[in-house]
Amino acid sequence: MDIRNTEAWNGFEGRIWKEEINVRDFIQKNYRPYDGDEAFLEEPTEATNILWNKVQELQKEERANGGILDMETKIVTGLTAYGAGYIDSDNKELEKIVGLQTDRPLKRAFMPFGGIKMAEQACTTNGYTPDPELHKIFTEYVTTHNQGVFDAYTPEMKAVRHNKIITGLPDTYGRGRIVGDYRRVALYGIDYLIEQKKKDFANCGDGTMTEEVIRLREEISKQIRALNGMKEMAAIYGYDISGPATNAREAVQWLYFGYLAAIKTQNGAAMSVGRVSTFLDIYIQRDIDNGIITEKEAQELIDHLVMKFRIVKFARIPSYNQLFSGDPVWATLEVAGIGVDGRSMVTKNDFRFLHTLENMGPSPEPNLTVLYSSALPENFKKYASKISINTSSVQYENDDVMKPVWGDDYSICCCVSATQTGKEMQFFGARANLAKCLLYAINGGVDAKTREQCGPMIRPITSEYLDYDEVIQKYEIMMDWLAGVYVNALNLIHYMHDKYFYEAAEMALIDTDVRRTFATGIAGFSHVVDSLSAIKYAKVRTERDTDGIVLHYYTEGDFPKYGNDDDRADDIAVWLLRTFLDKVKKHHTYRNSEPTTSILTITSNVVYGKATGDMPDGRKAGEPLSPGANPSYGAEKSGLLASLNSVAKLPYHIALDGISNTQTINPDALGHDAQERINNLVQVMDGYFDQGAHHLNVNVFGTDKLIDAMEHPEKEEYANFTIRVSGYAVKFIDLTREQQLDVISRTCHETL
Amino acid sequence: MNNNEIKGNIHSIETFGLVDGPGVRFVIFLKGCKMRCKFCHNPDTWSGEGQRLTASEIFNKAKRYKSYWRNNGGITVSGGEPLLQMEFITELFKLAKKENISAAIDTAGQPFSTEEKWLTKFKSLAEVTDLFILDLKEMDPAGHKELTGVDNSNILEMARWLSQNEKRMWIRHVLVPGITDGEDDLKKMHEFIAGLKTVEKVEILPYHTLGTLKWAELNKKYPLEGVPTPTSEQIEAANRILHTELYK
Repeated sequence: MDIRNTEAWNGFEGRIWKEEINVRDFIQKNYRPYDGDEAFLEEPTEATNILWNKVQELQKEERANGGILDMETKIVTGLTAYGAGYIDSDNKELEKIVGLQTDRPLKRAFMPFGGIKMAEQACTTNGYTPDPELHKIFTEYVTTHNQGVFDAYTPEMKAVRHNKIITGLPDTYGRGRIVGDYRRVALYGIDYLIEQKKKDFANCGDGTMTEEVIRLREEISKQIRALNGMKEMAAIYGYDISGPATNAREAVQWLYFGYLAAIKTQNGAAMSVGRVSTFLDIYIQRDIDNGIITEKEAQELIDHLVMKFRIVKFARIPSYNQLFSGDPVWATLEVAGIGVDGRSMVTKNDFRFLHTLENMGPSPEPNLTVLYSSALPENFKKYASKISINTSSVQYENDDVMKPVWGDDYSICCCVSATQTGKEMQFFGARANLAKCLLYAINGGVDAKTREQCGPMIRPITSEYLDYDEVIQKYEIMMDWLAGVYVNALNLIHYMHDKYFYEAAEMALIDTDVRRTFATGIAGFSHVVDSLSAIKYAKVRTERDTDGIVLHYYTEGDFPKYGNDDDRADDIAVWLLRTFLDKVKKHHTYRNSEPTTSILTITSNVVYGKATGDMPDGRKAGEPLSPGANPSYGAEKSGLLASLNSVAKLPYHIALDGISNTQTINPDALGHDAQERINNLVQVMDGYFDQGAHHLNVNVFGTDKLIDAMEHPEKEEYANFTIRVSGYAVKFIDLTREQQLDVISRTCHETL
Repeated sequence: MNNNEIKGNIHSIETFGLVDGPGVRFVIFLKGCKMRCKFCHNPDTWSGEGQRLTASEIFNKAKRYKSYWRNNGGITVSGGEPLLQMEFITELFKLAKKENISAAIDTAGQPFSTEEKWLTKFKSLAEVTDLFILDLKEMDPAGHKELTGVDNSNILEMARWLSQNEKRMWIRHVLVPGITDGEDDLKKMHEFIAGLKTVEKVEILPYHTLGTLKWAELNKKYPLEGVPTPTSEQIEAANRILHTELYK
């Protein structure tokens, strides 16, 4: 049958998307912008409440068990490795959207393809014993990604790895960050997608078998197998997804099956959902217009979909958890944005997704992301702001700076990084610790901690006081070297990942002629900036040990710090970013990918900090680095907006992989009442993003968080938790317990 | 001396002030105050030298935040006591006026005087000021002197002057249990405020003890040691007596 005649598309406008895979065209021709307020939203249904309570019970059990509810030890993961699984098998008819990674919720699958050692260690450190037969298979008969990488690593790559100047290389697990265009499953059905891939296969190469052509042909074959596998997987749950979805419920379900295929087969550090909100609204709106579903049912579909995103789990090893603490999966999902034609892409569904945080409470997953522009409808901005204030669960990214680069159908493929949906993939990995690199420059490439000659043996600085020009000269040499090893380690890793742990399910939902970006990252950003500023504007005295290694720095005099909107420091920040990317760009990048960089550390800033010695900016050895592009703790002297202005000076086009900024605002400092707070937060974001800033994590803490911070001051998120009280600011955790109780009692207006 | 060269004595800057005037405010805290309020949470601004900047220097810093202000924000000068540096603020606010930026003063009114030379300066300042945020600490003259070390007659005089000259005003009152929450005194304050024509907002600031750290840092004994912060009932009661709801 010609798919153009399908009844599934009745009522949909447009032509191009019917003749080729083109989800963007479908969206643009059919979505209905919404500029009203949130009054239409519905409460959770009884089914939602029952299911969500069940999930919460399981999560409680999981926490009580030390973070793991159950693990697979026998079955190797795969699209059809398990029978149907439900959140509550006694109540499966309540689940409007079905499908689990394994046979029961929160049970972690066995994923050996990234590396058998890691899969086994994930089990054993949690008290599970994997089947010895699996060990035999994945060491004797099957090569894993990890095996491939270590077979090829150079001694230098191993050195930068264990000296921790490059940390977080994806050589032991899935690289992640590839967002399949899961909407394609709903819009076209699997058969049409297979048909198109077969065409690509037929047109792949002219018969001359270069390595490139051979590899691509093999990859397309794997993709087609994965598409067939998706159909079988859906059939286990009683669905036939060979054709297009015919209604909203099917559209949500089909789309979720696409995503489920990804999380059943890959354990990437980021397994993002993508930009699905506006797309799904088209189906929901059609059904509502035709009287097929009510708003209540529409919200239920979204609630149930989001519930599934909230329970995605992977088996991880302790060192992974140290890098990315809190068991995140980055099921990132976007709402809002403005189309290339200037129309707002906010639909009712964008409200529904944010509303899940009210219907089912705050949650870290899915990583809800608002693609922000001051030109978004005021009602939506206010609603998003309200949700942020109440839940601290939403992040914002500047659509105005991303759209010119990625168009109006990009997704966020990790924390903050944009990727064109269905058209691009990323080779991502790790961060270069530029703070440690600066110390190498001063110490002639010797690692002060391990005493190894890790970097090139350049002449160390021997003067008592550091000279700015000398430091910069040596730092450039050291950065050049580091960028080279880093890029080449990644080249090797991604070659092996393609070879041994190829993301067939995700790539099957991406154009065969895929564009690739090569995403590097920076850690220790603010500390390098402030240290260089100290060397330039104050006097930095060195103190060496008997081996002549500088271990301590003493800074005399004041110097400008990044985070105060002071150009003297902020210019160094821009220089650093530009210089590092220039050095990355010198090198060949695997599959001719386009090199980018990010200033983004997630929670790994703590681990990086442990491996980094004293810095000239006053940061002591072992202390956490400041996260992402955030100014250093305590460096900001003029309040939040000065800090935002400094970060906003970093040009997004030099850090296309993202510039992450996390800020905490006390509700009392944000305004007197709820309405004022909402308006003020909108105003802050308008002002920040209109300057070209890329990203903002907004935390607004209420009493519950204050209490938690008091009980658990060691949590990283509380390290910079500042409270303002009519005219001055104080760090909450620096207060005595008595004072903390005082603040808490004044915030909640009741005696504890 | 040319007015352009007058330098302000600045204690600190807060770029994200959301409770010191309408909208998002760039708050400049000046050094110097002659009051010695027992509950002061900024005793470090009472005296000494801060950063010295000219009006145009600080104005250029402030303007960097224009994108956050939209039509709901601007500059607030606080302290310390801003009215001790009137020439500087006048210069700063003239620059703000030129660019249509809202300018507010957060003052306790202590320097106010009807003495001609002083009042002339104050008039020039008032001309370029959009809003006065005036703290009334206490109505009873003896009580005021006990609490703050100074008389309050000229402070009340300033409120009346602002009213007569049609200057917009917010009134704020710090509520200290057992000290500034007496019913009679609050009633008198309400009557006084009711007699003013230009009050747009009346606000209770609940006393807090977070400033005590600063007293300790300055090696000063905190005079209100042991005084509790007000309960929500006490705050509500004060709001009722001052009829703050009428001014919203």
